[in-house]
Amino acid sequence: MTPAAAALGKDLLGLENLTREQIQLILGTAERFKEVSERPIKKVPALRGKTIVNLFFEASTRTRISFEFAEKRLSADTVNVGSSGSSVAKGETLVDTARNLEAMRIDMVVIRHGASGSAEFLSRRIRSNVVNAGDGKHEHPTQGLLDLLTLKDRFGKVEGLKVAICGDVLHSRVARSNIWGLKKLGAEVAVCGPASLLPSGIAALGVEVIPRIDDAIAWADALNVLRLQLERMTGGFIPSLREYNRVFGVTRERLERAGKDLVIMHPGPMNRGVEIDSDVADGPHSVILPQVTNGVAVRMAVLYLLAGGSPDWQQGGGE
Amino acid sequence: MPSRATLLDERAIARALTRMASEIVERCHGTADVVLVGVQRRGVELAERLSRLIAGLEGHPIPCGKLDITLYRDDLQAIGPRPVIGETDLPSQLDGRTVVIVDDVLYTGRTVRAALDELADFGRPRRILLCVLVDRGGRELPIQPDLVGLKPRVGPDERVDVFVKELDGRDAVELVKAGG
Repeated sequence: MTPAAAALGKDLLGLENLTREQIQLILGTAERFKEVSERPIKKVPALRGKTIVNLFFEASTRTRISFEFAEKRLSADTVNVGSSGSSVAKGETLVDTARNLEAMRIDMVVIRHGASGSAEFLSRRIRSNVVNAGDGKHEHPTQGLLDLLTLKDRFGKVEGLKVAICGDVLHSRVARSNIWGLKKLGAEVAVCGPASLLPSGIAALGVEVIPRIDDAIAWADALNVLRLQLERMTGGFIPSLREYNRVFGVTRERLERAGKDLVIMHPGPMNRGVEIDSDVADGPHSVILPQVTNGVAVRMAVLYLLAGGSPDWQQGGGE
Repeated sequence: MPSRATLLDERAIARALTRMASEIVERCHGTADVVLVGVQRRGVELAERLSRLIAGLEGHPIPCGKLDITLYRDDLQAIGPRPVIGETDLPSQLDGRTVVIVDDVLYTGRTVRAALDELADFGRPRRILLCVLVDRGGRELPIQPDLVGLKPRVGPDERVDVFVKELDGRDAVELVKAGG
């Protein structure tokens, strides 16, 4: 008999409230699921009979499709609900939407929502497992996990790595999930970006602030280049996109000047020529596409592990 | 305290595996297109040993894979926390080959049922054989082994433990009687 895995609980809301062991459990499980996607039949029966609703209130291509692939490769039945074309457009509240879905006997909800804390809000009100697929500026835990898995693939381990998170940290849930996850696994973390795009009190999270991108490049083993979230900016954060690229853009010249190999990550979608240049994004040090591949494996691992953490079972007190 | 009795010691396991290795070659009329697939955990080590023994007999090794059946278990919805998943690593092509499933103990047959379902998702072997070190009886499914190391009489309150050097530091098959 295989030993039982440590519990993950009912929901995945963020990396802030996970332990180092839980994160390692997810990454170790994801390692196994990578192989499933290489099989001739990319499907295992582990979640047969489970129904999962993907509740996406914000635009998403990569994350939504990645979750859907993960669900289908585990043999779950899936339904996608978006804000347009559903009762959400008629003004139905989040809780009402979710309770109605639960009345149809679903097992899990994957939610993306523009409000920070929406995933946790939902998790307290429904019995189904809740997976946060990005809530406002709060967290995007599966992105954080796939970034950790990609770093682990490249460097063998995350502990002791120097990772610089560059750009629009202020609006970034990816940055927050990365910071929590990296710190828990023992990496050193720095943020680099214009002061107008760094949250106040960021140093309290135990990260270093590096004002110049060239210094961040010189310091880091890996750069996680964030997308400039133009849709969340109501004005006044940066002078112009060209100016941003000139001062903070990750360009080939900058990397060549540093004279060392460093791994380049980007959560997508990229603004080519703004925060990252094309020859860096498509260059030899970019792991942007491996990140996407790892995203499916990480999400399969999360869904698999959460499926064992039903509320009934947790009340049973088993660990 | 549970009581333990040794069914096979290190030398007896070696003898059983040597016999099983030649039986595999005999049953398959050689080693052409034969693949050994060890079921995680201890089936993997036993399959690797059989592969080396066959290499000694026939002069060349035969391919050896690993199969973890966790995701195909029929009780996955019933058990609480998810079990840890082991590595699956099979030769890229199973179509038309003879696959020998290797496991340590055959009991209810449910693990083998899961292994057969999983293998079917990797291809269509010409033939599948089942090779176990211990057949302890107590089947819940119509599954029988083709090659057996030992078939002891095991009561309902008894258990068979298999230890392999690679994982446990020693080779032994023991009969464990609960309670006492």
